[in-house]
Amino acid sequence: MAADRTTAVGAGLAIGSGSRRSRVGVRVLLLLGVLVSLFPFYWLVVMASITTQEILRFPPRLVPGTHLLENMRQVIHRIDFFGSLFNTVVVSVTGTALVLFFDSLAAFAFAKYEFPARKLLFGILLATYMIPAQLSLVPQFVTMADFGWAGSLKALVIPGAANAFGIFWMRQYAQNSLPDELLDAGRIDGAGFFRLYRQVALPLFRPALAFLGIFTFIQLWNDYIWPLVVLVNPDRLTLQVALANLNVAYNTDYAVVMAGALMSVIPLIVVFLIGARHFLRDLAAGATKM
Amino acid sequence: MATVAGAERAPTAGSGAEAVRGANTAAPRGRWRRHVPPYLAISPYYVLFTVFGAFPVGFSLYLSFQDWDGIGDMRFVGLQQYRWLLHDSVFWHSILNTFEIWFMSTVPMLLLALVIAFLLNAQVRHATAYRVAYFIPNVTSMVAMTIVFGSVFAQAGLANSLLKAIGVDGVDWLTSSLGIKSAISIMIIWRWVGYNALIFLAGLQAIPTELFEAARVDGASSRQTLFRVLVPQLRPVILFAVITSTINGLQIFTESQVLFYSDDPGTTGGPGQEGLTIVLYLWQKAFNDHQFGYGAAIGWSLFAIIALFAIINWRLVSGSERENRPRISWRKGARNGR
Repeated sequence: MAADRTTAVGAGLAIGSGSRRSRVGVRVLLLLGVLVSLFPFYWLVVMASITTQEILRFPPRLVPGTHLLENMRQVIHRIDFFGSLFNTVVVSVTGTALVLFFDSLAAFAFAKYEFPARKLLFGILLATYMIPAQLSLVPQFVTMADFGWAGSLKALVIPGAANAFGIFWMRQYAQNSLPDELLDAGRIDGAGFFRLYRQVALPLFRPALAFLGIFTFIQLWNDYIWPLVVLVNPDRLTLQVALANLNVAYNTDYAVVMAGALMSVIPLIVVFLIGARHFLRDLAAGATKM
Repeated sequence: MATVAGAERAPTAGSGAEAVRGANTAAPRGRWRRHVPPYLAISPYYVLFTVFGAFPVGFSLYLSFQDWDGIGDMRFVGLQQYRWLLHDSVFWHSILNTFEIWFMSTVPMLLLALVIAFLLNAQVRHATAYRVAYFIPNVTSMVAMTIVFGSVFAQAGLANSLLKAIGVDGVDWLTSSLGIKSAISIMIIWRWVGYNALIFLAGLQAIPTELFEAARVDGASSRQTLFRVLVPQLRPVILFAVITSTINGLQIFTESQVLFYSDDPGTTGGPGQEGLTIVLYLWQKAFNDHQFGYGAAIGWSLFAIIALFAIINWRLVSGSERENRPRISWRKGARNGR
């Protein structure tokens, strides 16, 4: 059935015109999809703003209630919400800043400089990108314990401070968007590698940095398995782990758990909506250039 | 730390390569000096990878030949962990579960994403708003949304209430094998369908419109246009989506772990362990049961499975490059590639 529909739409695309009726059809289907896509958030808001008794009632209540603040107060009372929010912010912000710096610096060198073994080193970088993260979950934890980093936020930030994906992606961008003439002009003015990076490359990298920054920020914010494993100190958790703990410890108190979930989701959605325009354009561009 | 190590590295790497080059270029001294900054610039990744990537991977191979609880002494057991693994019915169950969930989520998700991509392509007004709306599920925390879906799929949850309202019997979403896998698959589809639709959309918009006009001039039917023009043009993007969905799909963890958390190792992954995935089993063995060697062995098995898939994917890609003739259909190409 899906194939039939794509045939129809594909033909519409081929002809390059759509009748009024088919335009309305497209919009109705799209809006239906948007509804499915956004409904869980609406439902989260509903459940976070009513009492547990109301959540369990049949038929279910479908509109938000008035208990949101009370539920949020309970969350703050039961877990160290602001502490773990703070930890998550620290990890996401410092991690993103380090990734942006190290990845763009390496991408600049790979894209615009000739040096011995460049191809080999870049090949190694791509090969390491293929190694699945979960392969080294156990030994990575052991390494962290040996370093005395188990339980520390360093364990979440430092190992990923420069990553193959970002370097690879930024290099593609740098090759296309950084004209050699600009760099040559800078060299005539006596600028060295790091000054060229800072004064010529970085300003031109801005759209790519916006994409990589949001991408990295989202990943760090939402990461679950690694903080779950490595944050052995229950007083220092990230938001995701604290939320999972809340879910386990108070699993009959639905309303409070839902309020916690809502509180953990909102900051990230705000960050995303601010940068969405850049992000979505560059995400699409990155995929087609592959 | 990274800078110091990088400074040590750069001259060695530079002079090593310089020795080779010295044969045909003069003035070797000042030469490698100008290579120092780029080496410095790329060194952080290699230093970090050596310490936190390469070493743990090697160590995990070593660990998988040991019996170790993470605290006491290690005991060399050779291939014993792998032998146990081969006879561990729970491990095989977790592989089967992972593949079932992967299949149940990936196939409908990619088809749906393709449909959405076509719809988005036809929609001109408010294009960005639609994209944002479809992408938002991918942005949000998996833990939070798993909690939401967990309540939707509960026995008296919203899903069953809706079914009841239209006169259908409730489904045992979180207690039966099929229900558990469906619930997890629905979560994955919801999360990733918009992401893949946007990738397909980008691929669609990169196709030159002249191709479609030429097909129309030649009197091609819709079906011919679809299979001879559109699908071959979209193949690289589809492959990208298949590869990423496979790699992500084989590492499912959060959904099962949050839905079915339990202190009793016998019920990890829910009733009948029907939601137990490979990574969840790895986590349980290593970090709940403290069998680090066994956990490492599971990690290597997962790696082998993903490598196998990567080879299959690679064969598909190289197969499609070999037949660069325009008239071949996706279906046929895929079969030849295998």
